[in-house]
Amino acid sequence: MIWDFEFTVEAMPDLLSGLWVTVQVTILGYLIALSLGLLIAVVRRVRVVGPLVHGVMEFIRTTPLVVQLVFVFLLTPSVISGMTVGIVVLGVHYSAYTAEVYRSGIEGVAKGQWEAARALSLPASRTWGAIVLPQAIRKVIPALGNYLIAMFKDTPLLLAIGVAELLTQARRIGSASFQVVEAYTLVGFLFLAVSIPSAILIRRLERRYAAV
Amino acid sequence: MPPSDTPSAETPQGGSGQPQIVFDQVVKRFGDLTVLDHLDFSVEPGERVTLIGPSGSGKTTILRLLMTLEKVTEGHIHVAGEPFSHMRRGGHLVPASESYLRRRRRSIGMVFQQFNLFPNMTVRKNVIEAPVHVLGLSKDEANQRAEELLDLVGLGDKIDAHPTQLSGGQQQRVAIARALAMRPDILLLDEVTSALDPELVAGVLDVLRQVAETTDITMLCVTHEMGFARDVSHRVLMFDKGQIAEEGPPEQIFEDPREDRTKSFLRSVLDNGF
Amino acid sequence: MQFLIERLPLYLDGAWVTIQLTLGGSALAFVLAMAFGILGTINHWLPRAVATVYVEVFRGVAALVLMFWMAFALPLITGFQLEDRFAAILAVGLNVGAYGAEVVRAAINAVPKAQVEATVALNLSWFQRLRLVVLPQAWAQMLPTFGNLIIELMKATAVAYLIGVVDLTAVAQQMRQATGETIVAFFGALLFYFLIAQVLIFGMRLLERRANRKLGRTPPGGTGLKALLKHPAVSGSGGAGI
Repeated sequence: MIWDFEFTVEAMPDLLSGLWVTVQVTILGYLIALSLGLLIAVVRRVRVVGPLVHGVMEFIRTTPLVVQLVFVFLLTPSVISGMTVGIVVLGVHYSAYTAEVYRSGIEGVAKGQWEAARALSLPASRTWGAIVLPQAIRKVIPALGNYLIAMFKDTPLLLAIGVAELLTQARRIGSASFQVVEAYTLVGFLFLAVSIPSAILIRRLERRYAAV
Repeated sequence: MPPSDTPSAETPQGGSGQPQIVFDQVVKRFGDLTVLDHLDFSVEPGERVTLIGPSGSGKTTILRLLMTLEKVTEGHIHVAGEPFSHMRRGGHLVPASESYLRRRRRSIGMVFQQFNLFPNMTVRKNVIEAPVHVLGLSKDEANQRAEELLDLVGLGDKIDAHPTQLSGGQQQRVAIARALAMRPDILLLDEVTSALDPELVAGVLDVLRQVAETTDITMLCVTHEMGFARDVSHRVLMFDKGQIAEEGPPEQIFEDPREDRTKSFLRSVLDNGF
Repeated sequence: MQFLIERLPLYLDGAWVTIQLTLGGSALAFVLAMAFGILGTINHWLPRAVATVYVEVFRGVAALVLMFWMAFALPLITGFQLEDRFAAILAVGLNVGAYGAEVVRAAINAVPKAQVEATVALNLSWFQRLRLVVLPQAWAQMLPTFGNLIIELMKATAVAYLIGVVDLTAVAQQMRQATGETIVAFFGALLFYFLIAQVLIFGMRLLERRANRKLGRTPPGGTGLKALLKHPAVSGSGGAGI
């Protein structure tokens, strides 16, 4: 088996366009996960609604993302693109994880901080917005960063709903040219090219925030 | 542990006529910090030596070097007439390999300030594990040895307890039994009562007194318990700044210290109620 | 409901395949995690480098990409076609094993230095130290994250239908195509996945309690059945990401 360099060069533009889709999905999905997760973490402290929301998130967290993707994709009207479905489902799925991260951060805020806020008669919105969340979020930044990488690595699942991300492109090119080995191996390398540097970046973040 | 016929604190007569432990110009540095500075001293077989001195004077480092938990920066350590920190290779002394150290440190046992019992094992397991796996004793032999030793330290009834169920003093007595189960020639005691509540100290020291009286194990002891040091040791070494400031029999060091450093150290220890 | 009950045998077949993939993958991941995790703690550059390469490569590539590579690229290189299920087990096992290796390494490094010094004082060999003292103590610390990883692994097996394995997800797809009942077909599969996850979580909790008892600790959250049934918290950084 000899590596086909000519093919590598030809396939690159298509693969890179797939990678671009992957990156877009990751970032938009991550924004959903970050904001929805925070909302869930706060709502979880509300009576009755909290446990209910927690139960739903537990269900989402312990069942496969790919099944959720296909399920939701089949149920949405066809005017909504697979990519949009992918972004939303990925974002909601990961908000089940980020919610837990925020929760651990919120629980880590010293009890005295809540009491001090009460002693100053701050309204709930100020207590959360100015006191609790800033402290909680700062502590969990590295953990949240890990989920960005995790989401990036889950984007190939969008292949199941026909989104032209990296792996889908590789499959298309591979079956059109019969250069299957090169196509899939290149995907592997492209993944490493993104995930290894970002893992190093997260480790730096971790060290920086651990020092605080 | 063969009983010795010299239970009192008389200087023992080494059978082979050569010292058991020799420090030869030993230097130990941690980065820029010199902990031991060209240190020379030796210990006779069966001798019990207490190391005293202000914290940071290098006493504990001496024990850790002998337990091979640290490596010398310069100089050599000899044990039982053979190189210890180094080994002979082609007529030269080279730093000892791990397998050489493993062979040589077999005769040495140590009791730690923080006991360091294994929390994943019962008291019995803590005591028999090394005799079975390192010395190759049968389970029965090791168990018998463990029962005898735990009786000796007064914990025969705790043999199947878990370390976390014991008080600090009890844990330390188990740690002493664990070290003795290896039948060491040399026993290193590193501030063994410092982590204990005051009311538990006496029990541990009584056990050690008994070990001193009934065996001829060479003992190196770092402690702030001056009464204990006076009772059991043949010789006291006063350390300061990585060197021996003064040495002598306990009566002389405690009652008639010659060095100002020794005097001020002893005064500070007594003032602190040790 | 009627729909589900009639087709229960099909779902059970699919669930059985999913369980096989999960158990096979977990067994492989466990062995790899232990081996490379221990290598990563050795004080020599070579084993450490080997461990780092394994972890970074197999953690960095998604399980699905690995699976495609095993199923479609490997046969062309070696001329040997892996059985679909075996390729799936290999892919999820290699991937989750890389995460597990980091867990093992961290847990071993977290065993107090004083414990290691006590093993030196008793003259235990490197292997005895690992087997008798270090691993039993690190075990309790590994288990909660292992619990999260086994759920992630179970979820990751769901992509195996894309290389032709007839697992729970494939059954759901078949069911939808045969009946057009998307909601029921897929919700049924999700429910099965959820149940399998709950059983796995319960099992891991039992192991955790046993491990903590062996170290003489009371399990966090107290004792009794109620504490056992309570859901474990997802740890911030260890869990997901497959």
